Amino acid sequence: MPTPADCRYSDSHEWHKPEGNPATGVTLGITQFAVNELTDITYVQMKPVGTKIKAGESVGEVESVKATSDIYSAVTGEIVAVNTALADDPSAVNTDPYGKGWLVKLKISNAGELSNLMDSKAYDAKYKT
Amino acid sequence: MPLRTPLYDAHIKHGAKLVDFAGWEMPIVYSPPGADPASTGIIAEHKRVRSAGGLFDVSHMGRVSVTGRHARRFLERLCTRRISDMEPGQCRYSLVCNADGGVKDDIIVYRKDDADFLLVVNASNREKLLAHFETVKGDLVVKIDDLTMKTAMVALQGPLVMDIIGKYSREIPSLKKYRFAEKNYLIMKLLVSRTGYTGEDGVEVILPASMVGMAMSMLVRDAEHVTAPVGLGARDTLRMEAGMPLYGHELGEEINALASGLDFAIAIDKDKDERGEAYVGMDALKRTRDNAGPKTKLVGMWVEGKRSARQGMTVKEGARQVGTVTSACIGPTVGRGIAMAYVEPALAHPGQKLQIDTGRDALLDAEVTTLPFYKAPKKT
Repeated sequence: MPTPADCRYSDSHEWHKPEGNPATGVTLGITQFAVNELTDITYVQMKPVGTKIKAGESVGEVESVKATSDIYSAVTGEIVAVNTALADDPSAVNTDPYGKGWLVKLKISNAGELSNLMDSKAYDAKYKT
Repeated sequence: MPLRTPLYDAHIKHGAKLVDFAGWEMPIVYSPPGADPASTGIIAEHKRVRSAGGLFDVSHMGRVSVTGRHARRFLERLCTRRISDMEPGQCRYSLVCNADGGVKDDIIVYRKDDADFLLVVNASNREKLLAHFETVKGDLVVKIDDLTMKTAMVALQGPLVMDIIGKYSREIPSLKKYRFAEKNYLIMKLLVSRTGYTGEDGVEVILPASMVGMAMSMLVRDAEHVTAPVGLGARDTLRMEAGMPLYGHELGEEINALASGLDFAIAIDKDKDERGEAYVGMDALKRTRDNAGPKTKLVGMWVEGKRSARQGMTVKEGARQVGTVTSACIGPTVGRGIAMAYVEPALAHPGQKLQIDTGRDALLDAEVTTLPFYKAPKKT
């Protein structure tokens, strides 16, 4: 699956898709690379709507057959939506990590934080196997 | 440089995700080129083995030939289980202990002839065991040959496997459990045993490393749905549902063999048998038995909720720490959380309610149950 060009990427393998221009929010999920490493996702638990997150803090946890992993936001903001469909079908993270497998949406206060992250080319250059 | 099995090229062709396992580059899961993502993954591979079948590369496991006039006596000194009463064509599961009664490895012994045996040992313990064999050997006349690199080993497991094999052979499907046959097929010599590590019917096949390509093309020819490859990820969840122990989890040098619940594999008074011998660890195991038994016991537990327990998590009864989880997952076939754990013997009875501390501010409710979690339905 190609790495979407409209997202920004962190070294902990989350994608952040800016919403609005200039960006007032992001949708956040995990990359194909992360999905390949984690193997089958069996459970997703994100922090509730309204939780304030500082850049680098955990927005929740994803469990796979092999491991439990914290998921981090690289930008500061407030959780405004959680993908509740994943409660019944967490495998959407495996099959469509950049689409139906999104995890949370954040309202952000500093769009500048996004520019510190990798674009898809830089991410692929570093992590494409 | 990691070791590669003779099936390495086949793994690449089938889109294996490779990981280091005991120094070997092994497939954890496959995503074949062009495959639908919804039908791939560890859970899909697991379910395919339960409903049809799958092929596992287990060539990383050690295969060691033990021959010579004293081969039988050597194995009696090595193994916790009786060896002398094995018949040619029989395999037997046994433990190998250290002097303290801890477990060095769990192995399968194949008896080919009176003085001709084959051992299959865990990949992670092969070199340690080869050194151990030298110390156990003493003055016995026995020849030990490591055949691991010269041979390959595959497991075919699943309810449809025997039907497929029946197309090629009448003898193999008539083998009883834990029996094996040596077959010459064209120019290949195969050792086929009715054994496995999934809880399903099936076979394990040992063959010359140089014959793997030919054997694979033969197998895949008309049985793709039963012989599609399965990685180590599903191998682990399958063996957990089947309640089978794994070295490094349920078994280890620091864990007393009597705690493991594998009593069938421990003949504690073997030295009193007519042709028995004292074995390494026997005295320590007798001391444990005669002094109130092991301090912990292996149990299976159903775990409530959608979160998985993990190896190393603490088991609690109320505020008290009473044990440690050794293996756990959400069982893909049983559809529930399962865990194996060592707990205080007083709590090791079915129905006992316990909790598992995830270490992430969450307690999982658990209930002790009998192993296995899953049993293959009887064939009609």
